[in-house]
Amino acid sequence: MTPLTGSSGRRGPVAVTSTVIRFRLNGHAIEALVPIRLTAAELLRDRLGLTGTKVSCQLQVCGVCTVLVDGNPVSSCATLACDLDGTEVVTIEGLARGRDLHPVQEAFMEAGALQCGYCTPGFVMMTVGLLTAHRNPDRAMVQEWLDGNLCRCTGYQPIETAVMVAARQMTPRASEPEPEGDR
Amino acid sequence: MTGRAAQSTRPPPRRDAWAKVTGRAGYAIDATMANMAHAAVVRAERAHAQITAIDRAQAQCAPGVVGVLTSDDLGDLGRRFGHIIPDHPILALGKVRHYGEPVAVVVAETAHEAADAAELVWVDYEDLPTLTDAAAALASDVCIHEESYLEPGHRFLDVAPTASTGNVAHRDELVWGDVDAALTVAVTVVETSATFPLVYGYAMETYNTLADWQPDGLHVISTAQHPLMIRRDLAQIFSLPLAAVRVEVPYIGGGYGSKSYTKLEPLASVASWAVGRPVKVTTDVEAAMYTTRADSAFVTVRTGFDADARIVARDIDIRFDTGAYADNSPLVLTKSINRSFGPYRVPNLRVRGTAVYTNTTPASSYRGFGAPQGALAAELNMDMAAERLGIDPVELRRRNLVGPGETLIDGKRRLDADLGADLDAVADELDRHRRSPTPGIRRGRAVAITASDAGASPISTAQVRMHADGSVTLLTSSTEMGQGSSTALAKIAARALQVPVETVAVAQSDTRFTPFEWTTGASRTTTIAGLAVQAACTDLWQSLRAKAAESAGVAVDGVTVQDGSIRVGGATLEPGEVIGQWFGADAGEVVGIGVVRRDGITAVLPPFWEIGVVGVEVAVDETTGEVTIEHLVTIGDVGHAIEPELVKGQDLGAATQGLGIALWEEMVYEGQQLTNPNLVEYRVPRLRDMPERITSLLAERSDGIGPYGAKGAGEGALNPVPAAVAAAVGRAVGAWPTELPLTPARVWALLR
Repeated sequence: MTPLTGSSGRRGPVAVTSTVIRFRLNGHAIEALVPIRLTAAELLRDRLGLTGTKVSCQLQVCGVCTVLVDGNPVSSCATLACDLDGTEVVTIEGLARGRDLHPVQEAFMEAGALQCGYCTPGFVMMTVGLLTAHRNPDRAMVQEWLDGNLCRCTGYQPIETAVMVAARQMTPRASEPEPEGDR
Repeated sequence: MTGRAAQSTRPPPRRDAWAKVTGRAGYAIDATMANMAHAAVVRAERAHAQITAIDRAQAQCAPGVVGVLTSDDLGDLGRRFGHIIPDHPILALGKVRHYGEPVAVVVAETAHEAADAAELVWVDYEDLPTLTDAAAALASDVCIHEESYLEPGHRFLDVAPTASTGNVAHRDELVWGDVDAALTVAVTVVETSATFPLVYGYAMETYNTLADWQPDGLHVISTAQHPLMIRRDLAQIFSLPLAAVRVEVPYIGGGYGSKSYTKLEPLASVASWAVGRPVKVTTDVEAAMYTTRADSAFVTVRTGFDADARIVARDIDIRFDTGAYADNSPLVLTKSINRSFGPYRVPNLRVRGTAVYTNTTPASSYRGFGAPQGALAAELNMDMAAERLGIDPVELRRRNLVGPGETLIDGKRRLDADLGADLDAVADELDRHRRSPTPGIRRGRAVAITASDAGASPISTAQVRMHADGSVTLLTSSTEMGQGSSTALAKIAARALQVPVETVAVAQSDTRFTPFEWTTGASRTTTIAGLAVQAACTDLWQSLRAKAAESAGVAVDGVTVQDGSIRVGGATLEPGEVIGQWFGADAGEVVGIGVVRRDGITAVLPPFWEIGVVGVEVAVDETTGEVTIEHLVTIGDVGHAIEPELVKGQDLGAATQGLGIALWEEMVYEGQQLTNPNLVEYRVPRLRDMPERITSLLAERSDGIGPYGAKGAGEGALNPVPAAVAAAVGRAVGAWPTELPLTPARVWALLR
């Protein structure tokens, strides 16, 4: 575990400035002393051990680092950890209730919406964000929300199916709609 | 959770699904070790230059720095690697040959400190002429490599590398008949040239390695498709026995060939050796784009036809831009040659290939392995020929296809597929959903076909350990990179042992524990590793029979296997009971070993031909030149689909990468530098780029040598896609493309 303060090294002044932040992470209170330049992804992955959140493009293009901050999907690689102060953060580790998975996680499993799995946490978090904001999204809305998440393995079709399945499961209706056919 | 019961008829999810949807799946980027230090790589800011000085004094004094390493600090260690041509320095040796090449490594307590200190390493260069273009490199007197690194007689599979001359990394050819004579008498000769772009595999997990050197050996955790190949390279660098090198591969965040063979592992290992601590090296996308790309190619095809539109000769020239180091490109070139002329009857053939060193990122394997490069020009050539001959392009192909059981290349396996049936199925689907005309939109449809001598070397071992309760642990070094190998291999074991698939655990690839596997590539796992698993299960049954016989005091002949049970002397025993009886306790285990080598059904290479048959319908916006894929048709000609949904997933994923190459992906060099080393400017397919209609067919004719007649999948559906898209766009706009990707600007130019 790396120290929470910037290492002073063998000589020279401490080059980084740190600040104390307090936020809620997956329902638990966190207090941490973080260097200003530390990203939220680095805080989660390297200091708090929550490696389910991934990093890839570092430019807010690929979406693998998506977490929910106050319910909104955010690229944690492009968010400073200090900006999490006072927020409510949910990561992929915070979705399941014990052994019971979140319906979006269930849907991704059932629809076979993953291969290498590296993009999966980001897609799942973005989908949870979408279905929190819009209970019953249409296909265009799904495409708009998920266009900022890349997947190199699946060709996306099963992911889109998973999102529609999750939307149906989270919004019970009087009569079950037709299942998604082949596109 | 609700909704589960209604879905109980679906196949069980892949076995890594739970770990992957919960964020629990571990990748190399997540690996840590006690007392781990972090490395930052100082990368060349020149494409071709002598290093005149490296000043690391400032970096060594920077906060948190543990050590700064250059090639001068490697002591007795090997300084170069490369499984075909050992031309690749771990750290630059006096000279850099591409922008972004590792020059020094800074190791520090934290990744931030390492990155900060890396900025303080000052490298002085003396520029050399930069050759970022293959044609220019071939014509130039400037040598990117001044010496040959080859040891006499060194071979790697089909490749016998020759000492490089000029800037040629490798040459190869495939010739039969008399091409010049045949082209002279041909009724029609059609020539096509096409450029296949520089593309980057973009696995979303970039290259990451954690290495721990200790006096008794080396332990590496890495994003590696082929851990046993890396073990060999590291053993050579460190003069260690193979057993002292442990390469562990957790889940891989995408491979697609881009993580085959050795990448960051030597760098991380020498850094760990230098500082005496575990060292982690990670890459961002920019560094990954400096690590490996695919070979770009300029290919010219001349095909002669007789009066019946039958091919009389094909004359093909392939020029690869292989980048600064050979890596696996010599083998990719040889395979590209084998795959370039198509699965057609070609009575006279001449394919000549040259892999050229340039001052760009080293090229190596990428999904398709030389097939898409050759097919772009060669399949486009068939469409151009159809136009010239005035016949339907599907009919032209049908007339020339090699039939099942016929020979494509002398001495190789006869064709184990029915391409005519595949082609008809794909063409029918394409025709059935043909779109009606729309003002302002030009439409085009095309099919393309490839056959690849896939499967690589048939060397595989597997181990099945049956425990006292009858459950099984399957040990294989096949790496799980999303293709679903652990799911498919578990199913093969479960069927052979007649146990529920849930009772088969599959070990993660780790060279200390899992048995030898040549590679995880060339679409080989289900077929080759699958055969090894089946053989291990057969061996396990033999062992169970022998133990049951010994316990009962009868001859082995008196023990039979029936419906997953052992019958001995009128009694029926579950395998677990046999184990318990033999050990005299409710304990113990029995092990079966399975081996595949170049013998029996795998004596003739390739182990199988991997088929790619696709069709596309495209729409071109007349005003913008933008191309939309309206219909994509793939057919997985896999003999037998062990897991049909996984096969379809491989096909759509592969085809989508093919669409990326066709329409968007290209690494662009200007001067010395890569201008788009990021995912904003290097554009990969996004969700909204999905084809409007996707038809995913399966052809199961049990014509493979693998389990239940299986053949490989994973690359076939990529191989013909760039060619099919190029042909469809060409047909739509009325001018044949010569260069990919077909960006709106290029298509707009074709429209005019």
